Amino acid sequence: MLESIVFYTLAALIIGFGVLVVTTRNTVHCVLFLVANFLCVAMVYVLLAAEFLAIIQILVYAGGIVVLYLFVVMLVNLQRPPDASSGRRRQSSAGFALAAVMLAEISAILVFSAARPASAAASVAAPTQPAMGNTQVVGMMLYSDYLVPFEVASMLLLVAMVGAIILARKEA
Amino acid sequence: MTLTPVTPYHYLVLSAALFSIGVVGVMVRRNIIIILMSIELMLNAVNINLAAFSYQLHNAVGQVFAIFIIAVAAAEAAVGLGIILAFFRNKETLNVDDMNTMRW
Repeated sequence: MLESIVFYTLAALIIGFGVLVVTTRNTVHCVLFLVANFLCVAMVYVLLAAEFLAIIQILVYAGGIVVLYLFVVMLVNLQRPPDASSGRRRQSSAGFALAAVMLAEISAILVFSAARPASAAASVAAPTQPAMGNTQVVGMMLYSDYLVPFEVASMLLLVAMVGAIILARKEA
Repeated sequence: MTLTPVTPYHYLVLSAALFSIGVVGVMVRRNIIIILMSIELMLNAVNINLAAFSYQLHNAVGQVFAIFIIAVAAAEAAVGLGIILAFFRNKETLNVDDMNTMRW
C-alpha cells in the first residue's frame, strides 16, 4: 500500500518534470527541471532496491552532467531563442505524430507481453540473491564477470574527456 | 480506496511514458541543448527498465548495465556539449535547422 502511494507520487513527479523539461522556454529552467527529474528517478531506484544505482545517479547525473549543461547554457548567451523561427508548426506536428506512433508501439508490446503468461526462462532465471548488500553484489559483478566492459567504459570516458577538451579549445 | 500493488508492468509503463516524452523533445524542439537533454531523459527511461527487471529477476546484472549506460551518457554529454560550444563559436546559433552545412 505504502509502496503504491510512493510509486504513483514519484511517477507523477517524473512525468510532470519530464514534460516541463521539454516544454519550458527558458533553457536554465529546463536544466533545473532536469535535476528534479533525475532526483525522482533516483528515488525510483531506491524503491527498486538498487541503492548503489541511486547514489550513482545523484552523483553523476544530478551532480556532474547537469553542471556541465548549466555551464554550456551560461556560456552560450543567446539573444534570440532558437524556437522562435518561422515554419516550425508543420515540423512539430510531424514530431508529435512520430512520437505517438512510438508510444503506441511500446504500449502494444507491453499489452501483448502482459497477455501472455510468464515464460519458463524468466521463472528459471531467478537465482537466490546471496545475502550481501546491494553495493557489494554490484561491485563483485563489476570486477569479476564484467571486468573487460568496465575497462572499456573507462577507456571511453578517457577518450571522451580528451575529445571534449580538444573540441572546446579556443583555437581549433 | 485500494491501490493495485506495483508490478514490473507499472515500471515499464512509466519508462515508456518517459521515453516518449524524450522522443517528443527530440522531434519538436529546435534548441540543440534541449534536444541533448531529451536524449538524457530517454537514457533514464532505459535505466528504469533495467532496474525494474533486475529487481524482478533478483539478478544484479541489470544494475551493472545501468551503470555502463550512465558512463556512456556522461561521455555523450561531454562530447556533445563540446561540439555545441565549437559550433556556437562559428555560427552564433543553437538552432538545429541552421546546422545544415554538412547536409547532402
